[in-house]
Amino acid sequence: MIIGLDVGGTHTYAVLLSDKGVEKSVQVSTDHADLFNTVLSGFTRLLESIDPARIERAVISTTLTTNAIIQQTMEPVGMIVSAGPGIDPEFFRTGEHYYAVSGSINHRGREKAPVNEIQIQDIAKKLVDAGLEYVGVVSKFCVRNPSHEILIKRILNKYFKKVFLGHHVSGNLNFPRRIATTHLNAAVFSLHKSFFEAVKKSLAEKGLTVPIRILKADGGTMSLEASMHFPGQTVLSGPAASIMGAIPYAPEAQDAIVLDIGGTTTDIAFLVDKAPLLEPVGIQRGRYKSLIRSLRTDSKGIGGDSVLRVKDGNLTIGPDRQGPAMAFGGPLPTPTDAMIVLNVMDTGDRDKAVAGIETIARELGLSIEDTAEKVFKTCCTIILKKTFEMIDQINSQPVYTVHDFLEGYKLSPQKILVLGGPAPYFAQKIEDLYQIDTLAVPNSAVANAVGAALARTTCEVSLYADTEQGIVTAHEEDFAEPISKTFSEDDLMETAYTLLKEKAINSGADPENLEEVEVVEYQKFNIIRNFSPRGKIFRTKMQLKPGLIKGYETMLH
Amino acid sequence: MLKALHKTGLVFFPAFDWAIDPTHPEREERLLYTQDQVTEEGVFDIPGIIEYKPMLATAEDIQRAQFCVPDEASITTESHLISAGGAKVIADAVLNKEVKNGFALIRPPGHHSMRVSHGGRGFCHINIEAIMVEYIRSRYGVKRIAIVDTDCHHGDGTDNIFWHDPDVLFISLHQDGRTMFPGTGFPGELGGPNAKASNLNIPLPPGTSTEGYLYVINHCVLPVLNEFKPDLVINSAGQDNHYTDPLTNMNFCAQGYAQLTSLLKPDIAVLEGGYAIEGALPYVNLGIILAMAGIDYSGVVEPDYNPEKLKQSVSITDKIKKTTDQINNYWAQRFEMREAAGTPGEIQMRHKEIFYDTDNIFERQKERIRICKDCGGCFEIDSQATPGFHILGVHIPINACPACIEKGYEFFDKASKEKFDHVFLMDRPKGAYHRK
Repeated sequence: MIIGLDVGGTHTYAVLLSDKGVEKSVQVSTDHADLFNTVLSGFTRLLESIDPARIERAVISTTLTTNAIIQQTMEPVGMIVSAGPGIDPEFFRTGEHYYAVSGSINHRGREKAPVNEIQIQDIAKKLVDAGLEYVGVVSKFCVRNPSHEILIKRILNKYFKKVFLGHHVSGNLNFPRRIATTHLNAAVFSLHKSFFEAVKKSLAEKGLTVPIRILKADGGTMSLEASMHFPGQTVLSGPAASIMGAIPYAPEAQDAIVLDIGGTTTDIAFLVDKAPLLEPVGIQRGRYKSLIRSLRTDSKGIGGDSVLRVKDGNLTIGPDRQGPAMAFGGPLPTPTDAMIVLNVMDTGDRDKAVAGIETIARELGLSIEDTAEKVFKTCCTIILKKTFEMIDQINSQPVYTVHDFLEGYKLSPQKILVLGGPAPYFAQKIEDLYQIDTLAVPNSAVANAVGAALARTTCEVSLYADTEQGIVTAHEEDFAEPISKTFSEDDLMETAYTLLKEKAINSGADPENLEEVEVVEYQKFNIIRNFSPRGKIFRTKMQLKPGLIKGYETMLH
Repeated sequence: MLKALHKTGLVFFPAFDWAIDPTHPEREERLLYTQDQVTEEGVFDIPGIIEYKPMLATAEDIQRAQFCVPDEASITTESHLISAGGAKVIADAVLNKEVKNGFALIRPPGHHSMRVSHGGRGFCHINIEAIMVEYIRSRYGVKRIAIVDTDCHHGDGTDNIFWHDPDVLFISLHQDGRTMFPGTGFPGELGGPNAKASNLNIPLPPGTSTEGYLYVINHCVLPVLNEFKPDLVINSAGQDNHYTDPLTNMNFCAQGYAQLTSLLKPDIAVLEGGYAIEGALPYVNLGIILAMAGIDYSGVVEPDYNPEKLKQSVSITDKIKKTTDQINNYWAQRFEMREAAGTPGEIQMRHKEIFYDTDNIFERQKERIRICKDCGGCFEIDSQATPGFHILGVHIPINACPACIEKGYEFFDKASKEKFDHVFLMDRPKGAYHRK
């Protein structure tokens, strides 16, 4: 049997799945000040009268990292960056203990200026004096040549508990994001470590000794051990859990929209042939931009509990929540109240809901019924409008080859999957309004926990081969090997696949779930100098796609 | 916080799968390292910098600017159309005021492609800027446009297309034609009789460094622009003046390009040549982008930059000053020169020989223009390409006077089908393109 636990903003859900489907699900209130007890009580209640020896797999999705960012409780850490020519690295300052140092690597990975070891020694002393235990080191173009980062780490090792290096974060180019991501990993490391060690210990005391897996923002899982190197990857795993929970109901060989309609916000995502779309570079939320692999999601501040108001004669919905719907004792009218008025929903105190909607109706000069209808319709319109904007944005993403320009994939969803509390009510209305096949995901309240439970391990490798310099590298994996002039595309793909498999196994993947390999990117360039060929540059990215573990169909259908 | 001072649009289309031929300078690899640099710097994440996807330009877009022989499809590939379409997208973004300015980093380039195009010249098949300018005039009704071509090669294609156009000021700074392809662009080449000194060609001696370039910008280009008062300034931003460029002999640098951009303040910049793809382009392009967005570019310096080594000699400085004075003189006399060029209604003729180095074509032209004080004047070009076609192209300018419109149709009607393989009429006021 499999356990999935997802810590949500308001509630934490845990499910127990067997080959007969959802055997048991529990719900506990999320206590953001004490996530440890939240998680533990979820497990405790789920495992009541269950033999822990029967559990084969347990996956946790938490808000630990997300909260640390939002509440700014990240630990102060040191950052050492070397930029070389370009934009002033001072713009990317992460905090007080941030040092830009000399040293420069160019775009081909060639050293242009050396590291000044004395400068690093001096900074190390300052960081030690400031009482810091963790340091991040990032050099520009380290994904092409990490030797400066490695050298700096060697100098720092004896002073600090752990040194985080930029080239381990991602194979993607983007120096500012690499700085932010490396900083995040360093700054949440001890929080993440102590939290999960405590969870592991407590579960072991209950007799649950299977390896714990942790959900990442890209909808995949990683082992607890692997997570220690990249704790930042757990950020925003919540929305990912829900989207993964929708996959069993997604159409094959078609595109689908996933809407997770919650109390305050609606998350929007897309599936292509049952695989979620990923962010091209990494998570971004407002000004915060990272290299963390993530599902492509966006949220709109509208949900079942969003506050209804009339401003200048116009109805507004959200973006704030001031408590539950009036029908459930809340202070202000909400879309949920409108649905209760319309008898779409049959729960709560209808009189209170009517009273709430009436205040809006009076201001709008409409009947109570018409107002409720208008609210419901407006909610759907706002959510779908945002969705279509996202589709346009995805389809107008720049491409860099004539081939992609002419033949590039166009997202055109033909189905909508709705999750969250009010999913069934919304699904019907959206289908009526937009004539798109719309389905409320069954058991949608616990779909997030199911999604976490069934998510398989994901990972990506980026390779760069340069036959002029005679080397193939995947610095993220600490991999570099000499190659000959005759190195080919096939050699590249073989190397990539070997590295990918190794990485997946190290991250806790089961051998039977290593088939969904995808070449995300492949480019080949002839290097020409003075009109004669000098060699070739090959680049590729290969990933294990996010998706569900084998055999889930028998569990859910 | 890192933020663009004003919104800047970018179209980045490196055409990673297109080359003239595998070892040609205009090849897949050309913008690879630029893309690496720009991506690593996180340029596309900077608030205020907006990346646009290019579109395909159409035959109709090209027909506003050029006579393609035998037709548009025969001498272009998709990559040319995306390149021209990329410039159009940037033009739309700027003119719809979505952004303050924009930079189209596109390839292949276009500034050697002339009014009549039989194929590839100087790596160019169609003229990207000219197609964009004519699109802007038709779509947005912009009247006065200045194009400043800072590619190291004389922008002879653009020069040719706007030769007779008094409303488009074309200024080209380039390495002296006696030492460089295409061998033209001398100070005396000032534009046609109706548009004298609306084309200014400023040759610079080999070895000109940042000091020399910025001298010309400050003492000639900016004062001229100030008097011309364009509604729109376009920069044909070639990057082959760089001290490491393999095809040229100049000593310009990334800081210089960025300063030039800050001084010129182009509304739209379009990438042209530049073949030092590793040592120059990544830094020059980054410098131009930051300068356009109003972001500090002082850190954008080539790793091997050594200003002492790149200093220009006193004799070069003197030559540049002399050329600048000469150009300023021409500019000051522009109205007198136009007045003296001929009598209205008279037809003037010029002969021209053009070599297409990329496609190995030799072309002979006989051009006849109507002298006019009310508009740019209509003209016909009799063009014989070897190997290739014999065509006649008639151009009626966008703001043509009734007499020139009438004369243009007369040119077209008189041309005999026996003599020419194709006869084209570009009726810009009507937005029509006829062939027979």
